[in-house]
Amino acid sequence: MTKLIGQYPDATGHFGPYGGRFVGETLMSALLDVEAAWTSAKNDPAFMADFRAMLRDYAGRPTPLDCAERLSAHVGGARLWLKREDCTHTGAHKINNVVGQGLLARRMGKKRVIAETGAGQHGVATATIAARFGFDCKVFMGAEDIRRQAPNVRRMELLGAQVVPVTSGTSTLKDAMNEALRYWSSASDDTFYVIGTVSGPHPYPEMVRDFQRVLGDEARAQFLEKCGQLPDLLVACVGGGSNAMGLFYPFLDDPCEMIGAEAAGDGLDTPRHAASLCGGSPGELHGALTYLLQNDEGQIHEAWSISAGLDYPGVGPEHALLHDLKRVRYEGVTDQEAVAAFQALCQFEGIIPALESSHALAAALREAKKRPATQNVLVNLSGRGDKDLDHVTRYLKEVGGQRSEVGKE
Amino acid sequence: MNRITAAFQRLAKENRKALVGYLTAGDPNPETSFEILRAACGAGIDVLELGVPFSDPTADGPVIQEASQRALKAGMTLTKTLDFAARLRRESDIPIMLFGYYNPLFKYGLDRLAKAAYAAGVDGLLVVDLPPEEAGPLRAALKDTDIQIVFLVAPTTRPDRVQKIARETGGFLYLVTKAGTTGEGGLDYEAIRKHAAEVKAVSPLPVCLGFGIRNGADAHQLAPMADGIIVGSTLCNVIGSAPDAPDLPARMVAKIRDLRDGLDAN
Repeated sequence: MTKLIGQYPDATGHFGPYGGRFVGETLMSALLDVEAAWTSAKNDPAFMADFRAMLRDYAGRPTPLDCAERLSAHVGGARLWLKREDCTHTGAHKINNVVGQGLLARRMGKKRVIAETGAGQHGVATATIAARFGFDCKVFMGAEDIRRQAPNVRRMELLGAQVVPVTSGTSTLKDAMNEALRYWSSASDDTFYVIGTVSGPHPYPEMVRDFQRVLGDEARAQFLEKCGQLPDLLVACVGGGSNAMGLFYPFLDDPCEMIGAEAAGDGLDTPRHAASLCGGSPGELHGALTYLLQNDEGQIHEAWSISAGLDYPGVGPEHALLHDLKRVRYEGVTDQEAVAAFQALCQFEGIIPALESSHALAAALREAKKRPATQNVLVNLSGRGDKDLDHVTRYLKEVGGQRSEVGKE
Repeated sequence: MNRITAAFQRLAKENRKALVGYLTAGDPNPETSFEILRAACGAGIDVLELGVPFSDPTADGPVIQEASQRALKAGMTLTKTLDFAARLRRESDIPIMLFGYYNPLFKYGLDRLAKAAYAAGVDGLLVVDLPPEEAGPLRAALKDTDIQIVFLVAPTTRPDRVQKIARETGGFLYLVTKAGTTGEGGLDYEAIRKHAAEVKAVSPLPVCLGFGIRNGADAHQLAPMADGIIVGSTLCNVIGSAPDAPDLPARMVAKIRDLRDGLDAN
């Protein structure tokens, strides 16, 4: 197998035909500055030591690797393992990235940070480190999302951030990112843009992956220690794809299968989904060439998923490459399948997963029951689901929900 | 000779400044838009920037964002924009540039775009989110045409990059007058004067100033600093402030005359 680790991106920020730095000239200097600072920081042992220390003491790492025995027995196939990112401070893998970018912003002498957010998870994470570092913080959020995610808006405000409502376009995540880019182009001299996923212009896809790979590095070492071998299959959900890149990256040169679970919403055969790889086509948005949900004229579609965190019409460019190379299999998981997996984990393991992570679980359950008990499936439980209780309750009421029937078709 | 280059040579000989006008194709709807564009071409602009509407215009302020939304809602497409260019070309020799974002062009297919744009009589392309570093494929697609790619220099662009961009650009250099997005106002004349002089010192190409120019008085102030000015939001605002007005072409002509008078009054 060709080695993939360390190959991408190339010196110009491309992942094969994807990635790059497609931004207006006004932002070029800011991005060149971030790239220079990141290049110097990642080679500075003191910076990386600060990063690891803050992940340990502030974010609560390492997170556990947990065997889901009862769920595995219920499914009746391969053994399921959970990388418990839900156990971190703020309750999701998002904290890994913002700790890294926060340290970088401080190293660059920036006093202000901005972020975009959809469901509010990345906004809360950014507001969290802004409070910790004493940064002024603005979070751009679609007006529609502000209405749907009121508790996270209150969290951000409590943490001292200003939530800026975005009413342009469709008033959702992609428009929040548009607005954050617009704001940054007027304020890049003193402001650092904390992008929440492995998307956007170079060097963000690489930098966010390298901050998130801590979870994959941990999982690999933990798995080897507990089982004396590597897992047969890795599964993670993919919206922008940062938790998936974090998990997959350290395993790319290993003989492990990988599945990225995209949000199929009402189904890939309907217009209501967020599966850029399974149901989109190549294009450029927010600074990178990648797969997008778009029409034949290159106008961007609104994405749709029960999980606000997967509700983005693009995907990180490295996933686009891994898709083309067939190194990772990307599959759609519908709202219905995700909610069933959500219920199953609650009932069999006493863990309330995020709806995003429930997509990964659903794909893992589908696979596990096809496989013998000697195989091991490692799922990234990227976040906890307390934030989703209202959503799930409403969904179950609407579809007249039954109890989980996972594994009993 | 490429019509943009020819226009700047003629203007230099006449000792006049260029008025470059941006309008979003299809705003407020394709039929009215075409009438506005025809009127604008005859009203005193020297170069037409024909905006290709895009759903996610990250470098634009609210006025051009809304122009794009109106055009898309009314069914405007790149194919129709190219058709507009071809129809304008039959009536006029005005230099026409397509102005927009990369994705609609990429999705259309760069080779197909090059052929169609050349056949339509397009003279230049300005792709806001395509810096010279990413322009290789578009440049390759255009190699059998005389269509020029115009790049921008921003207030944040460092001197070594200005030289690099000046080497890569065709037609003229687009000097962005303020940080942030397109939109009226917020100009610091002294900073612009200094920046324009620095850029002119490293590039033999004509330099035009764009972003934030509101009216003839602004045009008058800026004219001596460069070879021309670029107006977009202030023109789009003629439509945006009254999209249902029956006399939009006449209103556009009046707006352009004000800018032209300001520019020529030096």
